Amino acid sequence: MRTFGYLIACFAFSLVLAACSSAPVAPVVRGTGDLGVVIERAKGAVTLVNTSSRSAYGRVEGLGDLSHASVVFSRDARYAFVFGRDGGLSKIDLMEGRLAKRIMQSGNAIGGSISQDGRIVVAQNYTPGGIKAFDAQTLELLSEVPAEYAPGKFSKVVGLADVPGQRFAYALFDGGEIWVSDFTNPRAPTTRRFPAGQQPYDGLITPEGRYYLAGLFGEDGIAQLDLWRPENGARKILQNYGRGQEKLPVFKMPHLRGWSIAAGQAWLPAIGRHEVIAADATTWLETRRVALKGQPVFAIASPDQRQIWVNFAHPDNGWVQVIDTLSGQVVQTLQPGRAVLHMEFTARSGNVWISARDDNKVLIYDTRSFAKLAEIDADAPSGIFFTSRAARIGF
Amino acid sequence: MPVNKMAPCSPCVKAMKTTALLLVTSVTMLTPGLSGAMGDATSGSLGKTERAELVRLVRQDCGSCHGMKLTGGLGTPLTREALAGKPVESMAATIIHGRPGTAMPPWKTLLTEAQAQWIAEQLIAGFPEETP
Repeated sequence: MRTFGYLIACFAFSLVLAACSSAPVAPVVRGTGDLGVVIERAKGAVTLVNTSSRSAYGRVEGLGDLSHASVVFSRDARYAFVFGRDGGLSKIDLMEGRLAKRIMQSGNAIGGSISQDGRIVVAQNYTPGGIKAFDAQTLELLSEVPAEYAPGKFSKVVGLADVPGQRFAYALFDGGEIWVSDFTNPRAPTTRRFPAGQQPYDGLITPEGRYYLAGLFGEDGIAQLDLWRPENGARKILQNYGRGQEKLPVFKMPHLRGWSIAAGQAWLPAIGRHEVIAADATTWLETRRVALKGQPVFAIASPDQRQIWVNFAHPDNGWVQVIDTLSGQVVQTLQPGRAVLHMEFTARSGNVWISARDDNKVLIYDTRSFAKLAEIDADAPSGIFFTSRAARIGF
Repeated sequence: MPVNKMAPCSPCVKAMKTTALLLVTSVTMLTPGLSGAMGDATSGSLGKTERAELVRLVRQDCGSCHGMKLTGGLGTPLTREALAGKPVESMAATIIHGRPGTAMPPWKTLLTEAQAQWIAEQLIAGFPEETP
């Protein structure tokens, strides 16, 4: 009996050796609801992370230029679609921790989005300006909408967001318009155009999918389109928030997303100013401004809507400030590391993950005590994306 | 670097170790900010550390609009090919004063004219990579 056991042990050991010599390891069975990806912008790689164990569980390389990358997730939260600066679109299998498919879809891209039904992923491009729709399963090109706002003139596309009803809203930086494309027939989209204002730099859709907001760089204010009543067109809100003051140079464009809506207000980076500006999310009138350490890049509400975490453009990008949404006061100022580029919350609040590019680390903080809970090594980390985005409109 | 215990033979392990080694070397080379380099507008020659900081600034911070590989984004491409024939002086002036009506900000509060001149010269010649 003992010999038999020994033989089995030997056999098992040789199997392990065999597994080691032939590369692909059997897929690990894992739920994906607590997973995420961290972009390593310089290496063209992503580190795969687990938000429960607060650790990395894998890494996928060969994703091209990820110096401005964004990620959306399939509705089953198994796949991450990574949109790279160089027009690469990569589909990563989070369960198996490997690259499932990759295409080059344009020359210069800025991000992407996924449709309500999860069947279409759409990339937004600078060159050639426009959007392109792909089959989420095969990454086959289905259709495209060139951002030709005047004959022969193509615009860079910014602020792409999914809209309920198989639609996508986006803004034309050069064209000064908001476009809404309907992909009910994915091979023959229809598009409505709305004049918005000068140089929209990014956009967001409110969490219920009603309002599309495009921040304007070329003038003070934000263009707002009511997607429940698009016939009314886009109107300007928060106009003149910098009136009478000399504009500060903007060293990095702020990023907008639907995370800005919290406690009945929209909390938006005031472009060029060292402020976050809050507006009532019903009347869209300004309610307050919060003075901060630098030019905000991201102003992100925690999912419990109790806090807004803000990071800053160079040269203040070593700081993070936290605003209490009830009092409108800064309640915490942190120095998590050098060159803080992004923050992401766990789905029910509690933890926030912060990327510090120049420290090659992702720092994990408790949002109540502000204590640092853990660190994860990553090469020049930028965007952090958790699979909880899979179930949110506008992500 | 935490690695999945379930997959001890994963090819990522080796890659992670290599990365970790690279990180150690790159971190030790860096000095924070450009503060040490400021107030040196009259100096025509920039020190090695200062040049490394400028390379990093251009790749990382100018890169947020122009791309880390300088192939363009919201900003125009800044590759050698894209800039061919452009006078260095006007490029340096664009860096210092920005370009009104576009997203290009004036960098005069963060860079000296000598630094802007050096950046423009490097861009024309093909901008250096960051050295770890």
